[in-house]
Amino acid sequence: MILAPASAAGLSRRAFILRSGAFVLGAALPTRVLADVAGAGEGAAAVAPAPGTRVAAFIEIGADNTVRFLSPFVEGGQGIATGMAQTVGEELDVDPARIEVECAPPGPDYQVVNGMRLTGGSFSTRSSYPVVRRLGATARDMLLRAAAARLEVDVDALTTRDGVVVHATSGRTLTYGDLATEALALTPREDVPLRDPAAFRWIGKPVGRIDVADKSRGLAKYTIDHAVDGMLFAAVVHAPHYGTEPKALSNEADVKVMPGVHSIHTLPGAVAVTADSWWRARKAVEALDVTWTDPAPTGIATVAADFSSDGMLAALTGSTAPGVSVEAEGDTAATFAAAAKVIEAEYHAPYLNHAQLEPPSTIARFNDDGTLDVWLPNQMPEAFQKLCAEAGGVVPEQVRLHQPMLGGFFGRHFTYGTGNPFPQAILLAKATGRPVKLVWSREEEFKMDALRPLSFTRLKAALGADGMPTAITSRTVGEGPLGRYFGLSPDSSTVEGITEKPYAIANRAMETVTLRHPVNIAFWRSVGHSMNDFFYEGFLDEIADAGGQDPFALRKALLAHSRRHLALLDEVARISGGWRRGPYTVDGTSRARGLAMASPFGSETATIAEVSLEDGATKVHNVWVAFDPGSVVNPAIVKAQVESAVALGLSETLVEQAVYENGVRRDANYDTYQVLRREMMPAVHVSIVESGAPMGGVGEPGLPGVPGAVVNAVAALTGVRVRSLPLANTPLSAA
Amino acid sequence: MFTLTINGEARDVDVDEGTPLLFVLRDTLGMTGTKYGCGIAQCGACTVLMDGAAMRSCQLPVEAVGPSEITTIEAVEADDVGKRVVAAWIEGQVPQCGYCQSGQVMAATALLKQTPEPSDDDILYGMSNLCRCGTYNAIAAAVRQAAKA
Ligand code: FES
Ligand code: FES
Repeated sequence: MILAPASAAGLSRRAFILRSGAFVLGAALPTRVLADVAGAGEGAAAVAPAPGTRVAAFIEIGADNTVRFLSPFVEGGQGIATGMAQTVGEELDVDPARIEVECAPPGPDYQVVNGMRLTGGSFSTRSSYPVVRRLGATARDMLLRAAAARLEVDVDALTTRDGVVVHATSGRTLTYGDLATEALALTPREDVPLRDPAAFRWIGKPVGRIDVADKSRGLAKYTIDHAVDGMLFAAVVHAPHYGTEPKALSNEADVKVMPGVHSIHTLPGAVAVTADSWWRARKAVEALDVTWTDPAPTGIATVAADFSSDGMLAALTGSTAPGVSVEAEGDTAATFAAAAKVIEAEYHAPYLNHAQLEPPSTIARFNDDGTLDVWLPNQMPEAFQKLCAEAGGVVPEQVRLHQPMLGGFFGRHFTYGTGNPFPQAILLAKATGRPVKLVWSREEEFKMDALRPLSFTRLKAALGADGMPTAITSRTVGEGPLGRYFGLSPDSSTVEGITEKPYAIANRAMETVTLRHPVNIAFWRSVGHSMNDFFYEGFLDEIADAGGQDPFALRKALLAHSRRHLALLDEVARISGGWRRGPYTVDGTSRARGLAMASPFGSETATIAEVSLEDGATKVHNVWVAFDPGSVVNPAIVKAQVESAVALGLSETLVEQAVYENGVRRDANYDTYQVLRREMMPAVHVSIVESGAPMGGVGEPGLPGVPGAVVNAVAALTGVRVRSLPLANTPLSAA
Repeated sequence: MFTLTINGEARDVDVDEGTPLLFVLRDTLGMTGTKYGCGIAQCGACTVLMDGAAMRSCQLPVEAVGPSEITTIEAVEADDVGKRVVAAWIEGQVPQCGYCQSGQVMAATALLKQTPEPSDDDILYGMSNLCRCGTYNAIAAAVRQAAKA
C-alpha cells in the first residue's frame, strides 16, 4: 500500500516549459467528482464549475458580517493567507484584517493552479491572483444587486464601504451580512469590472499579516496541536535500514504491560505502540526489541548495508551512461576545437532534510457513518485525500481532510510514499477502533523525511582569445522529484538552473542522465535551483577567472541584450554601495564579495554576498538581493520571504547536509544535523524591482543565488574554488 | 501525582516520573502553545519560564519542577516584560510559519528580565533558539524594540 503513487508533488515552471505549456501534470492527479453543496443559487446550479469561479465555494459572509475566505493554498509561513485576504478584500471592499482565511477542503473549485491544486512551485499568488480578484469583484456585484432589490433603488446609486452597502442619497446602509443569503441566490455576472490598480488600497501595500498576532501569542494551531475526543496517542520506530521490515518482537509481553500502553503493532517498515499519552507510547515503542529483515549487502539499487552518500556520489560521478539533451544551441564541438582555452569542473551538492520545525503528525478518526476524518499537514489535498482513502479502505468522498497551517514546509508536505505518518495513523485507527494521534519524534522524522537529492554536474567551457566564453556544456547525473513523482522525462528538476540561463553564450549542449536514488527524494525549497544555480554561477566565475575578467563585468557583457537583467545587476550593485570584489579590509579582517544570478520560478534575482573567515569557517556579513518578480501583492511579505529564502540558502551553503553512512542516515536530530543558527545570520538587504514582467514566484526564488554568491566570495577571498556544499566540508584559510 | 505551579495556578497532574514538562503541558493539560521541535534541548521551541528564567521544557522531568513557578506562552502577557515582547513581535511582524515563535517570545522575555538593555552579543548568546524560517534578524530587532518600549 501507499508506496509511491504517481501523485506527490510540487512542480516547477520548467515542467510546463518542457512540454510546451501542456498540462502534463494534470494527468497524474485523481479526477475529482466531489459534489459540493456549499451554497444555494449559483452554487447548486453549478454541476461542474470551472475552478475558481463559484463565489459560494470561496467566500462566506456571516449574518454578523464576518468574512471567511476558503483558500486553495495552505499557510506555512509564506504569507499566502494574507495575500489572499488582500486580494479578495480589495475587490470585495472588505479590510483584509477582518477576513478570516482558511485552507479549503478538497474539491474541483479550488484547482486553480493550471487545473490542479497544490501549494508549491512558488505558484500560489501568480496562479490565483486574477482568479481571486474576480471572485471578490463578482461577490461585491452580487451584494450590490441584492441591496438594490432590497432598497428598491438603482444599483448605480449604491456604493460600498468596507463590508457595508451605502445608498448615499438616502443615507441608508446594509451590511454584507444582511445581504449574503439574497446575494448568493443571484446569478453571478461574468463581466464585472475590476478595480483600477491606481486605486488599490491593499494590493501592493505592506499590509500587516493576519496570522502574526496569534503566532506571537502561541495561539496558532498546527496539526500537532489538535486533539479529538477518545483518541489514543501513537509513536513509531522505523526500520533502521530503509526498506527493511520488522521480523520479530522479543519482548512484546513486557512492553504490553508498561504503564498506559494500549496496543503494539507491526506496520510496513515500522513498529508502533498506542497508549494513553504520547510520552508513554514513545517510551514503550523505543523499548521494543525488534529484529528486522536484512538489507541487501551492497549496491545502489536499494539502501544497502553499505550504502553511503560518498558511494552514491561516486556512482553519479562515474556514470558513463549516455545523456539526454535538455538544451542544445549552435555547434559546441567546433567551438571547443577552435577554443583559445578550455576549462572543466565537477560540482556536487548533498542530500538535505527539510528540517521544518514542526514534526509531522496525523490524527485519524473513523466515524460511525463510514467516513474518515484526517488532520494532517499537506501541500496537495486531492493527492492526500486519495491516499487516505486507500489506506482506510474507503472512497475519497468519504475522507474529510482537516488542514491546519504548517509549522514550516519548504517542500516537506507532499505525499512521498513512506515519508509521512498519515497511512500509519489510519491503519492504527482501524486496528484499534479508536481515533489515533500519531506524532513522529524528531528522530523518526529525520530518518524518514524525503530528501533533496544529492546531485552531480560536470561543466565545461570554451573561451575565445578575448577571454569571453564561446561555448558551454554540462552533464548532470542524478534524479529529481518531477521524474520520480510525475514521470517527467527528461526530468527538468535535475537541470533547472543550468538550462535556460539568460547569458549570451552562443553554443550550448546541456544533458542529463537519470540515475535512480534508492532513497526517498523530495522537492526542497527551489528544487533543482537549490544546487544547479550554484553549479552554474560558480563555474561562471571560473570562466571569468580563466578569461581574466571581473565577474560582474563578465555578467554585464553576457547580458547586454537584456534590459531586465542589466537593471537587476545595477540595482544589486547600487544597494551594496557599488560592486567591488575585494579582498579589502574591514575592522582589521579581510573580506571579499561574490555575485550570482538566478531565474527561478518566473522571477529574476541578482545576489551579492560579503564574507570573511573566522577560525577557518566562512562568515557571511551581508547579503544583498535585487529581486524582480514582475509585480508584487505585498512588498513586506515579499521582503520577508526573500530573507527567509536567503537564510535557507545560507544554511545549505555553510553547514547543512544529510549524510548516509553504512546504510543509515548519520544525523538523527538538530544536535548533529546542522542548520543555520543566529550567529551565522548576516544582515540581509532586499530591493524589490517591479519590472512589470508577468508575475513570478516569491517563496523560493530568493534562495538559488545565495550559494553561488557566497562560494564566489570565498574564492575571491581565499583563492580556493569550492565546488561542493556545504562549505563546512572544505577547510579554508586566507589567501 | 505531581503538583505544579503553572501560570500562577496549582495544577495536579497524574503522570509518570520522568515525563518531560513539555508533554505534561501539551498532552496532559492541553496547553499547546509550547511546542515540541526536537526533544533534546537543541531547538528551543519548548521554552518556558521557570522562576523567570528560560528553560527548555523537553528536558525538564516533571519531578524536577518542584515548587518553581512555571510561566508558559499562554500567560506571557500577564507579565509586563512579556507583554512588551509580544507587542514588539506583532509590530515587527516577526513570525513566518510561527512554529518556533512561542519559544522565541519566552526566550526574549527571559533575556529582557535579566538584561533589560541587551547588547547585540547579549541577544546573540541569549537567543539560541532555532528558526528554520530564518527570522533571526526580525527577532533581534523586536528584542531591541521591546527593550526600548
Ligand atoms: S523541543 Fe525542547 S529544545 Fe527542542
Ligand atoms: S518562524 Fe518558522 S521556524 Fe521560526
